[in-house]
Amino acid sequence: MSIEVRNIRKSFDEFKAVDNVSLDVPTGELVALLGPSGSGKTTLLRIIAGLEQADSGEVLFHGEDATSAHVSERKVGFVFQHYALFRHMTVFENVAFGLRVRPRRVRPSEEKIREKVHELLQLVQLDWLAGHYPHQLSGGQRQRIALARALAVEPKVLLLDEPFGALDAKVRKELRAWLRRLHDEVHVTSVFVTHDQEEALEVSDRIVVMNQGRVEQIGSPEEVYSRPATPFVFGFLGNVNVFHGRTHDGWLQLGDARFEVPDGTDARDGAALAYVRPHEIEIERFSPGAKGITAQLQRALVVGATARLELEREDNAQIIEAELPEHRFRQLALKAGETLILRPRELRVFHDHAAS
Amino acid sequence: MSAELAINAPQVIARKPARKATSESGLVRFVLIGLALSYFALLVLTPLFAVFYEALKKGAEAYFTAITEPDALSSIRLTLMVAAVAVPLNLVFGVAAAWAIAKFEFRGKSLLITLIDLPFSVSPVISGLIYVLVFGLQGWLGPWLQAHDIKVIFALPGIFLATVFVTVPFVARELIPLMQAQGSEEEEAALVLGASGWQTFFRVTLPNIKWGIVYGVILCNARAMGEFGAVAVVSGHIRGLTNTMPLHVEILYNEYQFSAAFAVASLLALLALVTLVIKTLVEWRVKH
Repeated sequence: MSIEVRNIRKSFDEFKAVDNVSLDVPTGELVALLGPSGSGKTTLLRIIAGLEQADSGEVLFHGEDATSAHVSERKVGFVFQHYALFRHMTVFENVAFGLRVRPRRVRPSEEKIREKVHELLQLVQLDWLAGHYPHQLSGGQRQRIALARALAVEPKVLLLDEPFGALDAKVRKELRAWLRRLHDEVHVTSVFVTHDQEEALEVSDRIVVMNQGRVEQIGSPEEVYSRPATPFVFGFLGNVNVFHGRTHDGWLQLGDARFEVPDGTDARDGAALAYVRPHEIEIERFSPGAKGITAQLQRALVVGATARLELEREDNAQIIEAELPEHRFRQLALKAGETLILRPRELRVFHDHAAS
Repeated sequence: MSAELAINAPQVIARKPARKATSESGLVRFVLIGLALSYFALLVLTPLFAVFYEALKKGAEAYFTAITEPDALSSIRLTLMVAAVAVPLNLVFGVAAAWAIAKFEFRGKSLLITLIDLPFSVSPVISGLIYVLVFGLQGWLGPWLQAHDIKVIFALPGIFLATVFVTVPFVARELIPLMQAQGSEEEEAALVLGASGWQTFFRVTLPNIKWGIVYGVILCNARAMGEFGAVAVVSGHIRGLTNTMPLHVEILYNEYQFSAAFAVASLLALLALVTLVIKTLVEWRVKH
């Protein structure tokens, strides 16, 4: 079932948590809401679930307006960051809860409930824990049970609020891959909230990047990472170098160096910000007359297949990060203190609103 | 706010730098334990023992006569009635108030928290007096009540009112920190899973706080049965009608019927002991 969010606004006192957000989640997709804390992603998720009431705007499930539907009528599955398992019930009863609270005429028989619960526990590979209580489980196990519990009511959409946020790094990585496989298996339309860019890039079909209550960009992980639409997205996903310069007639001036502004940027003439990823910088030894940014190599660190270089610009002492394939680094045989010429292979230019 | 609510919060114990290991020397330990035990024996055990000793001094027969004579039986009946009214009322109010305070934000919340504590901070005699001033013949509502032939003061309603007032805080006080600590995520999870408000309350909220409720009810009950000051002011001491057990004990004592007084008092003491045993069992149950 598809989800449509239209012009949602929500304020807490003076604070605008969600500021006019619209978004579509097609049936069967796994979408990540990605953003720093306070960006409104959790509030948006809770509004979709019906746990929070929007000040204005609409939520549609499969084209039908669900804005005023009570949370218990929306048929959503919700997974909480801190699991929210019922502490006084066994794992079995936790998963069975959604079936047991149904009105008598649509409640499955005890036998059907048992069948369904065991089926779900097998799906999350924790059938052997049926008789345990939540406090006897590890964090990763609890979150899988929470997921089984949410799936028991056969939700049309699954909403996950920082599902792996409270787990340690190793378990998080395992569960991430597992969630992706599970989604491919059950194919329920899913939205999950995360502040972890790696998680969003790895798991989701599409990423919605949020900042200060607004959507910055919506796109596939590939798009969002390699073609960020705004300076914020550039900075939030992956490492990036920011250069302050000026644009004029399609040319970008960075100190003494001049670069052609790529097509399709909104940069007007004036102050500009240029964003370059560390691995998109071409490096060679300084030779008189060579075009590019002159910088001095401060430090180099080889980690696995890449060499990370820390460089200092000659004209304004800005620190620049660059990455080279390890073999290229060996080939050049660079040493600390050497003067080099840098040329961005890819660069994105944005108008600098703050400086103009 | 949470600081003033946390009446059961664990105390932070400032430790002196450890001597040898972490324990004090044998002498210090001996003195401390000895001091605590003798204090306890002197102030608690001796009077408790005295109550039972005095009650049974004239033999078992006198004891049973004292607690089965009509006025004594009537005071026992009234005491049970008072508890049967006060405890359920304060149970419902306590759960409702704790629910509202722990799960919702609203104007006047801190005022409500303060008001719940009021009965603890006011002398019980004053609480009784307030009801006399409001409902008594010379009180605000006195003429109206008399015109409609309703008796509150020196009658059962007054005793119920005074007892309910004095025992208001027990259940609410027990539940507020507990429910605040638990938050409302489990309730939200239940709602998302399709449960109705009542189902959520009875299947999720109530089981999570049941031991807190039991604990609060035990304390509330003990106080309701044992309350003296507030009830003494509003009761009027009418034998066989408005005397609760504590009042009956006082009357007997003032009439120099010491054995009888102690016999009835022993029932109250017994109640206290039973309460303590149940309380200990509950605490043990919660831990395991």
